Amino acid sequence: MGLEEKLPAGFVLTTLENVVGYMRKASIWPATFGLACCAIEMMAVGTPDYDIARFGMERFSATPRQADLMIVAGRVSQKMAPVVRQVYDQMANPKWVISMGVCASSGGMFNNYAIVQGVDHIIPVDIYLPGCPPRPEMLLNAIIELHDQIQHSKLGVNRVAAARAAEQAALGAVPTSLMAPTHEHHAPLTATPGRNLLA
Amino acid sequence: MADAKPTPATGEGKSGSFLGDLFAPIAGFGVTFSTMFRKVATEEYPEVKRPTAPRFHGRHQLNRHPDGLEKCVGCELCAWACPADAILVEGASNNDATGERYSPGERYGRVYQINYLRCIFCGLCIEACPTRALTMTNEYELADSSRAELIFTKDQLLAPLQKGMLQPPHPMADGMEERDYFLGKVTQATPAQQEWVETYGVDDPAAAGAPAAKHRTAPGAGVTRGKGVDR
Repeated sequence: MGLEEKLPAGFVLTTLENVVGYMRKASIWPATFGLACCAIEMMAVGTPDYDIARFGMERFSATPRQADLMIVAGRVSQKMAPVVRQVYDQMANPKWVISMGVCASSGGMFNNYAIVQGVDHIIPVDIYLPGCPPRPEMLLNAIIELHDQIQHSKLGVNRVAAARAAEQAALGAVPTSLMAPTHEHHAPLTATPGRNLLA
Repeated sequence: MADAKPTPATGEGKSGSFLGDLFAPIAGFGVTFSTMFRKVATEEYPEVKRPTAPRFHGRHQLNRHPDGLEKCVGCELCAWACPADAILVEGASNNDATGERYSPGERYGRVYQINYLRCIFCGLCIEACPTRALTMTNEYELADSSRAELIFTKDQLLAPLQKGMLQPPHPMADGMEERDYFLGKVTQATPAQQEWVETYGVDDPAAAGAPAAKHRTAPGAGVTRGKGVDR
């Protein structure tokens, strides 16, 4: 695609966004990127019983240049990280990433030096899918969520604006050490007014 | 091809009428067409959801006693058992004097969070739970687009109120003590509890799930107060 990216804002762009979103979401070719046990469930989705072809994902592309969607299935080791990034870079735009399973999403139970604590440290992730491993229906659910996201994605100048806004938000993000706490830690000590708990 | 004589060895070249030969190449579509009227043997996931196994390890649920009080006593054994460190629990003391009673007995789980991007659904937390407060449901549709969204908090994990239940905080059923709850003697909320909730109770369930204690730093203890009084 190329022409639709050059159209000015407000010029048939919203209708075109819908059409292009519909076309794009219905013809995603996933790249094979099975790294561990989640890959078995990913392969199960390709079998006739689950039949990923119903979603227009006819074939798992063994070459990244013909793929639109990267399903990172399994834990990413530090040694695999540059490979993941290279395969992602070789994919043509527009491209999406599903981080399948807890290991790819956050490191999962492998909270150690060997495993990248979430593949989003390396590549942008569109959909996080919990599960260890997720059952095939869960992957299909993630794909449907991604379809929804693609359907509502922006085009042309709108896309540039959205990307800029996302970048600003990312630059403005505070490190977790400076984030507001999710809850008050000292509440139990003040929960009984009028009574000294330490007395 | 041109040979009209049948060759039994290969089975090919079945001679037929003119019409038979004409439609032979598209006869395969007949199979495709007739399949449309057959029962579907494959998964039709988004439209038809096959039920999971009854003991499927899905999303967690924090259960309640029949009168609405929470079963969780904030012991943190689930967090301790978790091999992936996915659970965060902070307990706090129930206090009848200030109207903070979320569970029968001494303590309740004030903060309860499960990180579904760490949880491996092994069920060790369920085994560890001494009060059967934490169980698993068969729900599995959890995919989301951000990591923060997948940390489920207590208000998302708590079981919805069913018939006969009242939104905590509220006192224990009259005449009952903690042990009676676990012996199954409490079957539903009593009229006295109902009255208490109407007087002092929390209208907004979301507010009750949130960590309580904002107003309680104010002095004036000794009076039975609920959250609703301060509004």
